[in-house]
Amino acid sequence: MDTETFVLVLVVITALGFDFTNGFHDTGNAMATSIATGALRPKIAVALSAVLNLAGAFLSVAVALTVTNAVVKTFNADATSASNALTVPGHTLLSIVLAGLIGGIVWNLLTWLLGLPSSSSHALFGGLIGATIAAIGWSGVNWDGDGTTLDGVVGKVLLPAVVSPVIAALVAGVGTWLIYRITAGVAHAFSVTGFRWGQIGTACLVSLAHGTNDAQKTMGVITLALIASGHWGHTDSIPFWVKAACATAIALGTYLGGWRIIRTLGKGLVEIESPQGVAAEASSAAVILASSHLGFALSTTHVATGSILGTGLGKPGAEVRWAVAGRMVVGWLLTLPAAAVVGAAMWGLGNLFGFTAGAVIQFVILVALSGYLYFHSQRTPISADNVNDDWDAAAAALETEGV
Amino acid sequence: MGTFGHEVHLALDSIWKVLVAGLVLGAGLPALYAVGIRSLASGAGGEAQVDSNGSATSRAGNPLGIAIAVVIFVIVAYVVVGGILIVIASGQGKDISFNHVIPKIHAT
Repeated sequence: MDTETFVLVLVVITALGFDFTNGFHDTGNAMATSIATGALRPKIAVALSAVLNLAGAFLSVAVALTVTNAVVKTFNADATSASNALTVPGHTLLSIVLAGLIGGIVWNLLTWLLGLPSSSSHALFGGLIGATIAAIGWSGVNWDGDGTTLDGVVGKVLLPAVVSPVIAALVAGVGTWLIYRITAGVAHAFSVTGFRWGQIGTACLVSLAHGTNDAQKTMGVITLALIASGHWGHTDSIPFWVKAACATAIALGTYLGGWRIIRTLGKGLVEIESPQGVAAEASSAAVILASSHLGFALSTTHVATGSILGTGLGKPGAEVRWAVAGRMVVGWLLTLPAAAVVGAAMWGLGNLFGFTAGAVIQFVILVALSGYLYFHSQRTPISADNVNDDWDAAAAALETEGV
Repeated sequence: MGTFGHEVHLALDSIWKVLVAGLVLGAGLPALYAVGIRSLASGAGGEAQVDSNGSATSRAGNPLGIAIAVVIFVIVAYVVVGGILIVIASGQGKDISFNHVIPKIHAT
């Protein structure tokens, strides 16, 4: 194996690792409300979500090759052949992609440790932007496209991030309000049974939509790396094994659960009842599917969080824990710059040691950091068994222990 | 208008469409589902319904309520399946028609 192929293998493994974190980071988007209300048992919920993510990943055959182009100028989509489509040398591109992926993974793991539902897409974009700035400079970043379509950091990342949670909260709030108005006079036990079925259906929709949306980002990144190293020559298709590997990685990640984030979304933000669960997931599914149909890029995490917040606003007397919501917003604001800093630092470090040795050192650091964060998480483990524990009581217990 | 202004303009163009689709499908459909559950409760009668004090009623079940509920649940399921098919079809670069009620995927 020559050194370039060796680095390519590291990039592919790292990309699949990112896809895996993308899976468990986002399980809560679809399943947190169903787990919190008891519509689905925790293990059943994550298994169902994993299968639907797998199916969704295979359903999306739209060519995802240019997904990185939304934020960095590495690829000319109008080029006639793959070999002359790259706007930077292959080695540079491989280094940028590796450093960017590591930035995304590290931020995803850190926010998972803190139980913060942050956007995996923003983490990936942030890592790539940071690595690109370090490698090429500011001009390598596609800040705001050419003004004819929604593109670049502004059009594909910043504007949707501001707008999509608000739309989702509004839709879920209106839905919640209508549902409680309409079912006034129906016995609680009777309506809970009915809405639990609605919850399961809508949560499945969100899982499917997540698979179609998110898995293709990693597919695009891996295919770009294959083109950069001369192992793939088409700009209008991606290798089947890439699709299969990414679909499997995101499904396995989803099955792992990401219980810390599920707990924050299902118990921390709002105390949810099953009618609210239906309103939240229906809002998320409708907003995500309508947006992807209209080509408006957004983060499933921002939409899901906005929806859950909206159900708290739409139900008279419900309480929204604004402190938890505030922590999330801070996390969202930090995601892109923080992942960018890690991506840039990784690229700089790799550059000190040269192409191959640099890649190996970056990979070793990634493994060590991941291990450390996982070890740290085991001090306060959250699993399928304690994911639904009372939020306020658990917070009070932590305070008395002085943690 | 600068490029940033253009972006905002383009975004607004997408935003109102997403908002309308979201309100109709994401809030309207759950509301319709709620109407179905209310009808089902009136069909079941008795303990399925409560009066303004919150205690169970002793009203007899109304079979019409169950019939209406079934129709509503079928409509909700149809819209959901149709929505999924639209997304799958557009993802594969195909079109979808709803002639004769049954959705059919075909080339554009």
